[in-house]
Amino acid sequence: MAGEVLVKVEGVSKKFCKDLKTSLWYGVKDMFMGIKGHDTDGELRPKEFWAVKDINFELRRGECLGLIGHNGAGKSTLLKILNGLINPDAGTVTMRGRVGALIELGAGFNPILTGRENIYNNGAVLGFTRKEIDAKVEAIIDFSEIREFIDMPVQNYSSGMKVRLGFAVAAQMEPDVLIIDEVLAVGDLGFVLKCFRTIDVLLKNTAVIFVSHNMPMISRVCDQVILLENGEEAYHGGDVSKGIDDYYKKFVNNHANIVYDAGVLELEKIQIVDANKSPTDSINWGETLSIEICLGIKKNIDIPIFKLVIFDKEQRPVAVLKKNETNSHLKISNHKLHFRITHERNQLTKGIYTLSLVVFKANSIEALLRVNQVLQFQVTHEEDHYQSFLLDAHYKPI
Amino acid sequence: MTSQQSPLPVKIYKRQNKARVFSLLKETLQDLWGSHFLAWQFAKRDISSQYRQSYLGIIWLFLTPLASAAIWIFLNSSGTLAIADTGMPYPVYVFSGTLIWSMLLEAINSPTVSTNAARSILSKINFPKEALILSGIYKLLFNSSVKVVLLVVFIFVFGVGFHWSLLLFPLVLCCAILVGTAFGLLLTPIGLLYTDVSRLITMALSLVMYLTPVMYGIPDSGIMKTIMTYNPFTPLVTTLRDVTVGQDVQFLSYFIGLTGAGIVLLLISLVIYRISIPVIVERLSA
Repeated sequence: MAGEVLVKVEGVSKKFCKDLKTSLWYGVKDMFMGIKGHDTDGELRPKEFWAVKDINFELRRGECLGLIGHNGAGKSTLLKILNGLINPDAGTVTMRGRVGALIELGAGFNPILTGRENIYNNGAVLGFTRKEIDAKVEAIIDFSEIREFIDMPVQNYSSGMKVRLGFAVAAQMEPDVLIIDEVLAVGDLGFVLKCFRTIDVLLKNTAVIFVSHNMPMISRVCDQVILLENGEEAYHGGDVSKGIDDYYKKFVNNHANIVYDAGVLELEKIQIVDANKSPTDSINWGETLSIEICLGIKKNIDIPIFKLVIFDKEQRPVAVLKKNETNSHLKISNHKLHFRITHERNQLTKGIYTLSLVVFKANSIEALLRVNQVLQFQVTHEEDHYQSFLLDAHYKPI
Repeated sequence: MTSQQSPLPVKIYKRQNKARVFSLLKETLQDLWGSHFLAWQFAKRDISSQYRQSYLGIIWLFLTPLASAAIWIFLNSSGTLAIADTGMPYPVYVFSGTLIWSMLLEAINSPTVSTNAARSILSKINFPKEALILSGIYKLLFNSSVKVVLLVVFIFVFGVGFHWSLLLFPLVLCCAILVGTAFGLLLTPIGLLYTDVSRLITMALSLVMYLTPVMYGIPDSGIMKTIMTYNPFTPLVTTLRDVTVGQDVQFLSYFIGLTGAGIVLLLISLVIYRISIPVIVERLSA
C-alpha cells in the first residue's frame, strides 16, 4: 500500500545538558522519574538547552525527507529519537513498520573474528534471524566483493573493506522506514555508486529519512527537507531548493577575499550589469552575463590576462570564462583599465554563484592578483535543477 | 487510501508521564525471548575472540581461583593459619570456595560489563538490550561449566567421590547465578553513569569474601558467626559446595528464600534496566 503514513512526528523536543556532572545527576533523576512516572512537563532545568525543539512532520511510503543543517544543529539527535535510541522530552514519534538504520556500518564487528563470522554478528544486531543470515550470506559476500578475504580477521581489512562488508549486510534489510546518516563517505567510487543504486531501489517502497551535507544528493533524492538550526525548524517544506538555498546562506561569506596581491593592480570596481547597463546581481537564464571591471594600474605593465571562474554555492568550480586575447583592444588610460566581459546566453541553472578573479602578467603564468568571491550573482529560471547547466536543446522530427 | 490500517508493527516513542510497570515487564520478557539468537551470537563472538588471541585459552578461567586456593592450602599446611576442620579435605574446601566465589563475582559484574562493552552500538543501533544481559549469562554458563569440570576432577582426586547430590549442582548453580545477576543488574544503570559504583562493588565484594565461608568455615561462636550466618552470600556458596561434596545442606531454606527473592529482584531489575538504557545512551553517547 503506497502512500500510507509510516512516520509521524508531533512536537518532538529533546534537551541536553552542557555540564557532564550535572548531566549525570539529571540522568539519575530521569531514571527514577522513568520508573515512577514523570511529574513535570519537561521544562528546562539549569544548564540545559533544547537540542531539538518542536519538530513536526509526516512521511509516507515512497517519500524521502532530507535533514540538513550545520554541525550541531540537532540532526543526529533527531535521528536517535526517530530510531528509538533516546526518548523525546516532549512530543510523540510514531513509527510504523520495520525500521532500518544506516547510521553505523559494521556494528557488532569484532576485529579478531573473520569477515564471515562478523556477517553473523552484524546481521544479528540488525535484527536478522539465523535462518535469514544463512540464506543471505552468499549474497552478502557477493555484494561486498571481498570473497577472497572473507575468512580473514576483520582487523586486517582496510576501512573501505569494512564498510563494504557492513553495507552488504545492511543492504539485505527490507525496511519500511530507512534512516540514513552519512555513512557512505568511505569506500571507493564503484562501491559508493553501488550503495546509491541500492538506496534508489529501496526509496520506492520505503519512507526514507536522509541526513547529508551533500546538497546535490539531497536535491536528487528528497521531496521534502527540514533545515535545522539550533534544534529548530528553520525551513520545512517541499521546496527542496529553497531549503538548500537557506542552508547555504548560513555559510555565505560576502567579503571578497584577496588571496594574492603583487602590488601592481588594484581592483577598484567589479559589477554585473543588465541590458540597460545598470548594476544588478540577478540575471535570467539565457540572458547575457555582463561583468564590468575597473582596475587601478600602479606600475607600467602590458595588458594583463584575466581569468574568471564561476563557483556554485557548494564552492565547486563549475565554469571558467575564456581569457582575453591579445587583440581584445583593452587599453590602459589614466592609470586605469576599464572594460566589460560578456557571455551571451548563459545556461547556468537556477541558483547562486560566486566569481573569483585571477589576473596574470601578460605572456606569463605569474599572477598579479587573485581575489576569491569577488562577486555573487543569482541566475533565475522557473525550473529547478541540481545539475550545473541547463543546456538549450531543440527537438525536431527527422 | 482506505481508512483501514496496515498490519505493520507500530512503535511509539514519547515521554512517559505514567508508570506502567506491567506493560514494560511484558515487553521486557518478549524481547528477552526474542533476542536469544542475538545473545547467543554476542556470546559466541566474545568467547571465540577471547581465546583466539591466546595460547593458554580457557586455562585462564581457573588459573586465578587455583592460584588463590594454592595460597590458602599453603597457609594452612605450613601452620601459618590454623583453620578449623571443614569436614572435607581442605584443598577441596578452599578450591570449591574460590571457584564458586569467582562464579558469583562474574555473575554480579556481568550485566555491567556486557552493557559497557556494547556502548558504541547502543548509541547507534536499536536492538533488544536484553540480549546483552542474556549474552552475559551465556558467557557465564560457558565459563562456569569449564570450572565445574575442574571442580569435579578435584573431588575425585582428593577422594571425596561421587554423590547423587552432585546432579543437583547445575540447578543450584543456575539459582546462584540468577541471584548474582539480579543483584548486579540492579546496580548496572547507576553503575554505567557513575564509575564509582563498580569500584565500590569491587572493593566491597573483596571484603565480603572474608565474611563468607569461602576459605574457612563459620566459627562456632562470636560476632563472626552472626555475620557469616546472615550474609546472603553464605547460603549461595555453602549450598553449592554442599551438593558438590554430598554434605547436608546447611542453609537450605535461606537459599530457597534467596532464590525466590532473586527472581523478583531480577524482574524488577530488568524493568529498571529497560527504562534506564535510553537515559544512559542520552547521557553518555558521543
